[in-house]
This record gives sequence, structure tokens and C-alpha cells, in this order.
Amino acid sequence: MDWFPLYNSVRIAAVSTALVFFLGIFAAHWIAKAPRLVKGVLDVVLTLPLVLPPTVVGWLLLLALGPRRPLGAWVQAAFGLRLTMTWQSAIFAAVAVSFPLMYRTARGAFESFDGTLAQAGRALGLSNFYIFWRVQMPICRQGILAGTVLAFARALGEYGATSMLAGYTPGRTATVSTTVYQLWRTGQDALALRWVLVNLGISAAVLLAVNLLERKEGRSWP
Amino acid sequence: MALTVRIQKRYGDFRLDVDLSAETGRALALLGASGCGKSVTLKCIAGIDRPDRGRIELDGRVLFDSGAGIDLPPQRRRVGFLFQNYALFPHMTVERNVAVCLGRLDKRRRQARTAELLALLHLEGQAALYPRQLSGGQQQRAALARILAAEPRVLLLDEPFSALDSFLKWQLEQELREVLDRFPGPVVWVSHDRGEVFRNCPRVCVLDAGRSSPVMDMAELMSNPGTVGAARLSGCKNFAALRPGPAPGLVEVPAWGLTLQVSAPWREGLTTLGLRAHHLHPAEAGEANAFPCQIVRVTEDTSAVLAALRPDAASPGAPLLWMELPKEHWAALPDRDRLLAAVRPEDLMLLE
Repeated sequence: MDWFPLYNSVRIAAVSTALVFFLGIFAAHWIAKAPRLVKGVLDVVLTLPLVLPPTVVGWLLLLALGPRRPLGAWVQAAFGLRLTMTWQSAIFAAVAVSFPLMYRTARGAFESFDGTLAQAGRALGLSNFYIFWRVQMPICRQGILAGTVLAFARALGEYGATSMLAGYTPGRTATVSTTVYQLWRTGQDALALRWVLVNLGISAAVLLAVNLLERKEGRSWP
Repeated sequence: MALTVRIQKRYGDFRLDVDLSAETGRALALLGASGCGKSVTLKCIAGIDRPDRGRIELDGRVLFDSGAGIDLPPQRRRVGFLFQNYALFPHMTVERNVAVCLGRLDKRRRQARTAELLALLHLEGQAALYPRQLSGGQQQRAALARILAAEPRVLLLDEPFSALDSFLKWQLEQELREVLDRFPGPVVWVSHDRGEVFRNCPRVCVLDAGRSSPVMDMAELMSNPGTVGAARLSGCKNFAALRPGPAPGLVEVPAWGLTLQVSAPWREGLTTLGLRAHHLHPAEAGEANAFPCQIVRVTEDTSAVLAALRPDAASPGAPLLWMELPKEHWAALPDRDRLLAAVRPEDLMLLE
């Protein structure tokens, strides 16, 4: 059994989760403070990828990044980099579909954060940086962690936009989900089942790890 | 050392217009009903909220000046703010809550200073506990230790006892007093509880619907509050419209059908008579300002009896007069239906 699809899926999900972690947190932090109209508009725009079919997200991404589109063509001309049909292309897809999960859970966590703690910290002379990373983030960690895991799981399982952006090239862009489809399409059911089990195992392990982690941390400050 | 505040701020229809000053050694009470702008005023001083216009000065340092475009961030104001809920960081131990505010010291000095502050506030045994494991009083002391760690130049207390059970208050008030008495800067104590601030603050500023009264001595608020709003906050229960009487030293109260002797001179702008319930008493023989009343209703309090009186000459629909008597005086009354009540001329408050 060739393990490349697993390795590829994990690296795509890891890179995209790292990006989405910061993007989602900063979007949530900024938008929480924005005026109401801006908040309403941005909230819809940033959440759209969650409800759009992944193929629509893929189509829109191709519209921007495709080799004959302005941005894709420019990057190709300037840096000699293809934005589609490489394993990195799948990162764009994974980021786009998993971002709303991180953003919304982080925003929910920030909204339930008691603002007087930040105000008290400022009056005590603590820097805004310290207050955000050492007070607000630890207190909101359950929501942040949940968002991160959801984003990772979503990125790991992403299929629709990924297949449009990165395609299926064995050993180059194949991921677990595109491999399962390919194996099913070509009638290799036994192999497909193995990949399905791998997928189930990873997802269950991730969720279990988070549950254990949260229970352990939950004891540290009553 | 002094704090002077002159600020204005609009919130929709609500207008905040505050002018006050506080000095070291004479805690200033900011007294007002809920929603009158007390907390907002404190937040403006701390830099957490921003006034539309005005100037805030602390020991000659300008913290805010809309004209000069000065608006120091909270971190540079050195204002100690005790929040209603104490705002301790829930994920840090008591010790850590204090130590994080001592980042300017090296590790050894920080530990020493933390231990010193915890000892000062009798929290040595709670150093390793988390805020939620503390009682309300311990939380308050932990918050104070943390504030003192930041070495503020002024202390702002926002309803320091509103989160506590009343039976705890007395002891905690004494402990807070200890800290305040040692604090080398001005103190502003926000409250809606006149008893609490009467016991602890020699100076008072009344905030009524966003407007501040001039700062005065607490004793003056009790004897001569000046306005109806201030009188109400100082605990006065009886009010009625007022007009000058037929001779100097007399005033007429049409609602109660009374002409009363007063010791304060008449002046333009007076509209209302204020009469404290405990100043009303059964008349002695030959006492001035005596009037016959019917006793309409009686309410027993823990240590006193409150009786609602209707003067015989009162017009229909006039507000009842509340009289507060110690229980033993009430028990000694010969008649529980009718009473000759009286009030001393110097106890009558003429209000705007």
C-alpha cells in the first residue's frame, strides 16, 4: 500500500490549519471590534465558504488562481510557480473551506470573553499583546482548540475544491479523499475500504485527543 | 496629590457632565442611582472609555485633554481600578495574578514583592489558589493586591461591595478601609449605598442623571444637600412643593396644608421641601412646627418603625409623610391612630 496520500493529506491539513489558526483568530478579533454594518457584511462573506458547495468554492478559486487568470498568470510569469495542479494548490482549497469553522468558533469564544478582564489588564499596565495572548487566549482556549480541530478535520477531509484545484495525480497531488474516490471509481473496493478505515482512525484519534486534553486542562483552574 | 476631572460624553439621549476633584487622604464618594453614569465616569478616568470633551489631570499630569489632543492609554495612566466583579484572571493563581503586574522587577524582587503584598492583604494561605476557589472577600483583597502591585497614583473603586453578601460587608469594609488609609493618593469610591460611603468617605459628589453636583463634605450632604436629587440619594424620604410664607422665616407647603418655620433663609430657585423621616417626631408640649396627623400605615423595620402620616390639613392626593421612630419610642405612644407630629426648624431642608 502506497502511503503517499496520507502523507499528502496530513501535510496539506497541517499547513492550512496553521494558516487558518492565525487568520481565523485575527479575523474574529478584528471583526468583534468593527462597526455593526462592517461586521454584518464581513461576517456573511467570511462564513460563505462554509455553506457553499465545495465545487463552487473550487470554481471561484480557479477564477482567481487559474493559469490563464490574471493572478495565476502573473505568479507564473513572475515566479515561475503554478498555483494549480500541485500539492500546494490543495492548501488554498483547504484554507478556504476550513477558515469559517475557525473564524466562527473563535468569534464565539471571544464574544463570551469577559471584557472587563482586558480592561483590568490595561489599567494594570499590561500590554495589549500580553492581554490578548496570555489572558484572552488561554481563557478562550476551549473554543479556539475546538475551532482548530474542526478546521484540521475539515481540511483533512476536503474533497470538492481540492479535486478541482489540485486534481488527482498519484504520488503528487493525491490525498486520502481523492484516492478513495479514485479507487471506488476504478472498482478497487478492498483498497478503498482500507483508506476509509485509515480516515476514520485519524478522525477518531484527533477527537479523542482533544477530549482528553480538555479534561486534563479543565482540572488546572477550577 | 489630586485628581481633577471635567468631562462630557453623550450616549444617544444620555448626557454625562461631570466636574469633580479628589485629593489624597479624603476619599471622595461618587454617589448616584444605577444608570446615572458613575461607572462610565470611572472608565473615562482610567482610559477604558473616552469622553467626548474635557480634561482629566492627576498630580499635574494630563491624562486626557480633548482640546490638546491628549489621550493617554490606560497602561500609562497609573490608575488603579477595582472592578465590581474584581476581574481577577481566572486561569492564574492568586500569586500569579499579582506577579504579572510586577513585570518591571527582576525575578527575585518580583517574588519578594508578591509575597509582601499577599501578606499585607492577609492572603498568604491563598497564594496557590485560583480566584474561583476564594470567597468574595478574598477575591476583593486579591484584586487590591494586584492593583497595588501596579503602583497606581489613584484608586477607583466601582461598587466594591455589590458582589458580596451583606452580612460580610461590615468586616470587609474595615479591611478595605485599612488599605485605603495607607494609600498615598486620591481615592474615588463609587456607590449607590449612602451608608457605605457615609462611613468611609469624608467628601461626596452626587451624580444625578449624568450631572454632577459640586463636591461637598459628607456632613453637608446630610444637613444641606441643596437639590432634590442629592437629598433623595442621601436618604430623604419626604418631599413636597414649597413656596415662601407670609413672613420671613416661614414657608408654605400647600400639599400638606402646612406653614412651617425654617432656619435657612429664602432664596430664588427653591422649589421643594425635604424632610427626613427620622427628623419627624411626636411633638413635645408647646413645640413649634407641630401639626395633627392621622397614622395611615405602619411598617416595622429591623430597629425602627416607619409610620406613614397624613396631616389633617393635607389636600387630597398629597404624598404621605414618613416618620421613623426607634421601636421603644413607638411602643411608648399612647395612640396608634392619631399623632401630633413636629419637626425642628433647623431640620427642614430647602431644595432646588
